[in-house]
Amino acid sequence: MHELSIAMSIVDIAEQEVKKNNAAEVIEIELEIGKLSGIEPYALDFAWDQAILKTVLEHAKRKTRYIEAMAKCQDCGNEFEIDNFYDECPSCQSYMKELLSGKELRVKSLTVI
Amino acid sequence: MCSTCGCGQPDDHVKIVVPGEKDINKGQPDHGHDHTHSHTDDHNHHGHSHDHHDHTHSDQHGHNHDHHNHDHHHDHVGQDHTHSHDNRQLNLEQDILYKNNLLAERNRGYFEAKNILALNLVSSPGSGKTTFLEKTIQLFKDGPEMAVIEGDQQTSNDANRIAATGAKVVQINTGKGCHLDAHMVLHAIQRIEVNNNSILMIENVGNLVCPSMFDLGEKQRVVIMSVTEGEDKPLKYPDMFMSSQICVINKIDLLPYLEFDLEKAKDYAMRVNPKLKFFEVSATSGEGMDKWIDWLLAQTQ
Repeated sequence: MHELSIAMSIVDIAEQEVKKNNAAEVIEIELEIGKLSGIEPYALDFAWDQAILKTVLEHAKRKTRYIEAMAKCQDCGNEFEIDNFYDECPSCQSYMKELLSGKELRVKSLTVI
Repeated sequence: MCSTCGCGQPDDHVKIVVPGEKDINKGQPDHGHDHTHSHTDDHNHHGHSHDHHDHTHSDQHGHNHDHHNHDHHHDHVGQDHTHSHDNRQLNLEQDILYKNNLLAERNRGYFEAKNILALNLVSSPGSGKTTFLEKTIQLFKDGPEMAVIEGDQQTSNDANRIAATGAKVVQINTGKGCHLDAHMVLHAIQRIEVNNNSILMIENVGNLVCPSMFDLGEKQRVVIMSVTEGEDKPLKYPDMFMSSQICVINKIDLLPYLEFDLEKAKDYAMRVNPKLKFFEVSATSGEGMDKWIDWLLAQTQ
């Protein structure tokens, strides 16, 4: 259940930014999470409600964009979408690949008042 | 507030214990820092310590007021009537794990400066991590010094087992936490003196999921699986095998009694991470441990 740690890290970032910008609270938060970042969306939803209680995020609307995972085959150079780390290159069946996206774990923006 | 690492709130549920030492967890490591500072002030100027404190406080107030002046202007405008007009969007693009990653890099720098080889040992519970470590310490007696950080939710049982081998050890109890993080490791290494040119083994909480996301500052990550588990562990828990450089397959002395297909397990692991380096060992019988020890020695030279 590391999603709780993740949610609490997001709360820390929000608290810090609210303070830094002399705001009162966050009304909207945009997250970007890669599909292979290791975050389970359901677990994050569950942890979220607990983590934001009595924080600047308590009334914030959360928009989460899940980013597709893309890889580049290191043998044939083919770029392809993957669902798992162990997916093979669809054109040459190699497992050697470089991840181009899908590991993102970012707070993209906060809207504060 | 922890002055060393800038952590916002000390985690009350995390305990750090050195076997044989008194439990000092009630005083957080960060409080320790504060006291050290005030003692130094007292020693320098007997009787003037109050003045010093006063000065510090007024300085801080001064700063705060400055900020407040700015703050209040904004705040009042926003809070009085114009909520919707005063919405501000802050484009952060902030990595959620930045704090952990920052502390991990600090740990890494510390290890590099002291030429300490730090390894993060991860596995599911029951794969034999602690037995593997005990055996490694025994076989490594003539090599560089080895220190150990033990991570478990509860108990100092593993730290006590390691302490019995004579190695330096500190136990982190994460409470409800399912993984170690760089912050816990930072405070754990403050509790034991890890010598220059030594090896630091960090035994993570037994869990093949959560620890994969948390860099501790290690040089390499070692994932341990055992032949009593399914061959498809790497496919079921790919993040951990993806983020590791070394894969130890333990309990190979049990192979004759099991249907475990060693080659298949390695093939699955290689699909996830084709760069993995394997060691097949039995920590109990000692089989295969020589290659692991040779590799460890080579890393420290």
